[in-house]
Amino acid sequence: MVEVGLTHFLVVSAFLFAFGLYAIITRKNAILVLMGVELVLNAANINFVAFSRYSNYGLNGQLMALFVIVLAAAEAAIALAIVLNIYKTFGHVNVDEIDNLKE
Amino acid sequence: MSESSLISLAVTILLLPLVGFFIVLLFGKRFEHLYKLEVGIISVALLLSIYAGFVKLTSYVNDTIIAQFTWIDLGNVPTIGHLTVNLGIMIDNVTIIMLFVVTLISALVHYFSIAYMKGDIRFSRYFAYLGIFTFSMLGIVIADNLLMIYIFWELVGLSSYLLIGFWYEKKSASDAGMKAFLTNRIGDIGMFIGILILFTNYHTFSFTEIFNHISNGVVPFGSNGWLTAAGILVFMGAIGKSAQMPLHVWLPDAMEGPTPVSALIHAATMVAAGVYLVARIFAMLTADAMLVIAVVGAVTSIFAASIALTQNDIKKVLAYSTVSQLGYMVMALGVGAYTFAFFHLVTHAFFKGLLFLGSGSVIHSMHHEQDMRNMGGLKRKMPITYITFLIATLAISGIPFTSGFLSKDGLLAGTWAFGNLTGHYLIPIIGFTVALMTAFYMFRLVIMTFHGEPRNQHKYDHAHESPKLMTIPLIILASLSIFIFYTPNPVAPADGWFYNWVKAPQTVVPEEARFEFMKSESHEIEGTVNNDSHGGSGSGSATITHSEMYEHAMHAVHYPAMILSIILAGLGILFAFLMYHWKKIDADKLAEKLKPLYNLSYNKWYVDEIYSFLFIERLLDFSRFISWFDATIVDGIVNYSATFTRGVANITGWFDTYIVDGLVNFTAFVSGFVGLSFRKMQTGKVQTYIVYVVFSVIIILLVLRPF
Amino acid sequence: MSIYDLIFYLFATLTIVSALMVVSSDNIVRSAFYLLATFFGVSGIYVLLGADFVAVTQIMVYIGGILILLLFGVMLTSNITNVEIKKGTAKILPAVIGIGILLGAVVSVMTRTKWKIHLTEIPQTTSFELGKLLITDYVLVFELLGILLLIALIGAASMARREQE
Repeated sequence: MVEVGLTHFLVVSAFLFAFGLYAIITRKNAILVLMGVELVLNAANINFVAFSRYSNYGLNGQLMALFVIVLAAAEAAIALAIVLNIYKTFGHVNVDEIDNLKE
Repeated sequence: MSESSLISLAVTILLLPLVGFFIVLLFGKRFEHLYKLEVGIISVALLLSIYAGFVKLTSYVNDTIIAQFTWIDLGNVPTIGHLTVNLGIMIDNVTIIMLFVVTLISALVHYFSIAYMKGDIRFSRYFAYLGIFTFSMLGIVIADNLLMIYIFWELVGLSSYLLIGFWYEKKSASDAGMKAFLTNRIGDIGMFIGILILFTNYHTFSFTEIFNHISNGVVPFGSNGWLTAAGILVFMGAIGKSAQMPLHVWLPDAMEGPTPVSALIHAATMVAAGVYLVARIFAMLTADAMLVIAVVGAVTSIFAASIALTQNDIKKVLAYSTVSQLGYMVMALGVGAYTFAFFHLVTHAFFKGLLFLGSGSVIHSMHHEQDMRNMGGLKRKMPITYITFLIATLAISGIPFTSGFLSKDGLLAGTWAFGNLTGHYLIPIIGFTVALMTAFYMFRLVIMTFHGEPRNQHKYDHAHESPKLMTIPLIILASLSIFIFYTPNPVAPADGWFYNWVKAPQTVVPEEARFEFMKSESHEIEGTVNNDSHGGSGSGSATITHSEMYEHAMHAVHYPAMILSIILAGLGILFAFLMYHWKKIDADKLAEKLKPLYNLSYNKWYVDEIYSFLFIERLLDFSRFISWFDATIVDGIVNYSATFTRGVANITGWFDTYIVDGLVNFTAFVSGFVGLSFRKMQTGKVQTYIVYVVFSVIIILLVLRPF
Repeated sequence: MSIYDLIFYLFATLTIVSALMVVSSDNIVRSAFYLLATFFGVSGIYVLLGADFVAVTQIMVYIGGILILLLFGVMLTSNITNVEIKKGTAKILPAVIGIGILLGAVVSVMTRTKWKIHLTEIPQTTSFELGKLLITDYVLVFELLGILLLIALIGAASMARREQE
């Protein structure tokens, strides 16, 4: 086996991204969709930190990761509020049944 | 009393009836007795005008008082300079006498109307109209400029229209009002053009300023012809308002109005306004203009008198008599007998007002019967009316000891003198003929109405003397028809005050445009007095001015004229008695013999028919032609273009339906098809959209193939 | 194979397997707990990449904050005893195929690209450097994020509050 390098980290992140996307597309529960989003964000974060480690741009990548984490926190809070509202309005949180946009 | 307070007095007299008009018009419906206010106001105006006349004639007898103010300031007008339009008041003896005449007759008519109009549904409105009329008439009287005269002229026309058509429920009355208004309008157009000619040249409306310009040798557009034209055009206004030929047709019809109105407006005051206007512009009339005026007056007088001979409606006779007498006055002005024209205006106002009020009294007692053939013998039933009426008839016939004799005699002498001086003898001949006819038809009227046996017993039985409110005005006017109010010597009007107070104004027209006898240099003319000043060039006491020469000529014919007019009047009266009282001459047989003439007179010379044929029918023909033109040519073009447009429209419509709409529909169809297919994609589900994103990214990756 | 590699594979496996479990589990609560494992694995990978501060933040924020939030969401919106998860088998297969193609493409890009590797020195501790960067080069972003968090806080509270009848 080759020595662990940048590519390994990127492949891990790619897998995380793919699974996150799968969750977003297929799961019907809004909370699970949110979890998929978190996975995608984590995949991006791994990329940031990895490139920060394997390039000479200093700690900028890590800082971006921090910002993403902060954004994720904010996003989670807002998304959860939205989900609660959806629940209040529809009585469930199944995103495939929420198609009011069509009308 | 100062001049300015005299001016304010005149303005007060002017405005009082206006105030009455507004108050009565606005509140007349609510307060039934408000007409008394109007009557009171006019009485106050009468008293004030008597006082004003007294002041003027004692303190300022030879002065002309003028007060002006700027009405419109036009600022600097190119090529003219600073231009203002001034209005003003002029008070001279003529004004003050007219003020008295107008307010007196107006007041008497007010009193008379209280009884006459009793029970009318628009009683208070009637008095309001009388008020506006009095106001406008006074406005004409005191104006010092043509513009103000024109304004009040139209106001007078308006109030005349309102009063003629007062009983507008009657078709004939409203038609008569319209006819009067429109006929007057024809004359007023001429008057307005004349005023504008003067204003264009002199930039002022004021009489005195215009006369000053003319006497300085400035004539309109540098030509005496234009001066003549201006004079005749302004006189056109008088033709309309004073019912001269050929615009006299409205006055007989105007008798549709209430009889007191006829007395006030269509006998005494308004119709005299035309004469008054000519008197005002007398100084600027050229020889040609004066001749035109004299001829118009003469023709009118004989024409109207000939109609009056055969009419049977009491008011129609009086109406044509009025036209005839107005023609007299105009003729007198035309021949230069200024003083006597105005004198006749005043005396005529009294006795014709009296005649009309007397006829009103008769009509009132006969329950609105106007046909003389149904009257007769009324003198026993209505003694006061009869006596006053008789006095007026004597006056209009020119019998000695009456006012009419004084003025008419002087007037006829004036025409005779004119004939002597210029050779136009037709005018005096007409004048004397009319005197004969006047006496005849007036006595015919009196005899048919008051003498003989009643022809309609039923109406006669119900006849009664009118109430005091109606007889007292008659008595006042009758006394004013006696000579003593005008002169102490019943045969010499020159001895009277009138002759001293009203003097013909000095003419201002250029020498070459005057009559021969009006030239300031002396000329010896056959038949007039001789004098020894040959060729004196307008200086020194030896020179005879025009008025003096005319005076001399008049003086020379005074007594012959007087005797002739008395003889003619006597003849006329004799004929009237022969035919209608003693029945020595059968009137019907005479009419039969003179059938064409009789018919001509009876049908008023067919003037209305001629006008109807000449103007109204032609206008209708023209209208029909225009209508035809409209219907065939214009409509044809319109219809053709419409057809054409329709054809084009059909083509474009087809194009539209199949080509354009086809394209549009095709586009819509394509859009719809695409939309239909894409709509399937729009599930409204978030996840579907993410799937699209994922697929898009996959496609991009496959296309770019970075690996 | 060094110890570093061993640790990497350990964490990578943990991350990927638990992430797979997150998306494939039928129980939503179980998914949440698998997600916890995933986050933990990711933070381990951060440590391996020398990002100690980010790793700590990851654990604190994700596990301590976001995951708890998600669990609250689960509990507020679903009845735990009656967790109903719809399965659409017709949709899963095309999704798996599509995601597989995407994953293959991404992985091939990652592996085939010739990255310019410039291995930097791993600092003893990154928090000092990161702090300096935050208040120098990224001060504006830092402040904006603060405001964003505040807005998100207020907005979330406002949106989620009980409707007043």
